[in-house]
Amino acid sequence: MSLTWYVVVSAFVFAIGAGGVLVRRNPLVILLCIELMLNAANLALVAFARAHGNQDGQVFALIVMVVAACEVAIGLGLIVALFRQRLPIDVDELRELQG
Amino acid sequence: MAEVVFFIAAIGVIAGAVGTVTLRNPFYSVLALVFHLLSLAALFLLLRAEFVAAAQVVVYAGAVMVLYVFVVAYVGGDRSALAAPVGPRLKVLSGLFALALLVELCIAMIGTTLTVLDGQGTGFFAGFGSPREIGRLFLTDFLLAFELASILLLIAAVGAVLLARRRSGLEMAGDLSVADVMRGTHGTPGPAELETQAEAAGPAPR
Repeated sequence: MSLTWYVVVSAFVFAIGAGGVLVRRNPLVILLCIELMLNAANLALVAFARAHGNQDGQVFALIVMVVAACEVAIGLGLIVALFRQRLPIDVDELRELQG
Repeated sequence: MAEVVFFIAAIGVIAGAVGTVTLRNPFYSVLALVFHLLSLAALFLLLRAEFVAAAQVVVYAGAVMVLYVFVVAYVGGDRSALAAPVGPRLKVLSGLFALALLVELCIAMIGTTLTVLDGQGTGFFAGFGSPREIGRLFLTDFLLAFELASILLLIAAVGAVLLARRRSGLEMAGDLSVADVMRGTHGTPGPAELETQAEAAGPAPR
């Protein structure tokens, strides 16, 4: 099983995630698409770690997962704050963050 | 055998990603992402990254997705699903952009002269990717990154609580002193209690 296949899958997932960020307008789904892109990067990191027989890439992937969890916590906190302010949950109508 | 598992998992990964982007209801998008993450964990296992796969299933598909499901349930998925979709011109343009990005990534990653990608990868030792080895790396070579990650998680947790708190909470903190609470003079319901009651009655119509 050539490692090129893994890298191609990673490229597909990244492109799908980038397209989703552009197409969707619900901030929840945009966060999900950012998760897709981060996961694609993780897959590429782990594939390259396997290619070089070196575990540093796996450590990098774990750190990326930590940062993704932080990003999710902050993003969902923002969405809950928007909902409490009775603002529309739609990125096209949210042009300013001033409370 | 590895080929069969790879193609099943890869199809699952890409189908989950497509489902996340295309499904109208955000709740189904979250479920599609869970499917995507589980398939991705299978790919990690094929790449001898046992600990990353376990962390992916436990932390991502478990904890983070539960957070998503709660927020989707709280915000209410169907109302935003009824919003008018993006115009067709923008949609076509976004698709073209994503396609261009895919082509560029493929050229960048396959077109290189990296010979390591052609084979199965170089040889690995017995404990490659095991929790023991990853833990050793985290506490020796990557100690700084490990500590910074823990500080970042603490900051993110505090920030999420601050962002999602009730807005009247800050005003309450101004006029309520600890001494008042100790004396028991703070008996009347403040704005926070009133808001809790209003919330129990259901969200106000937009």
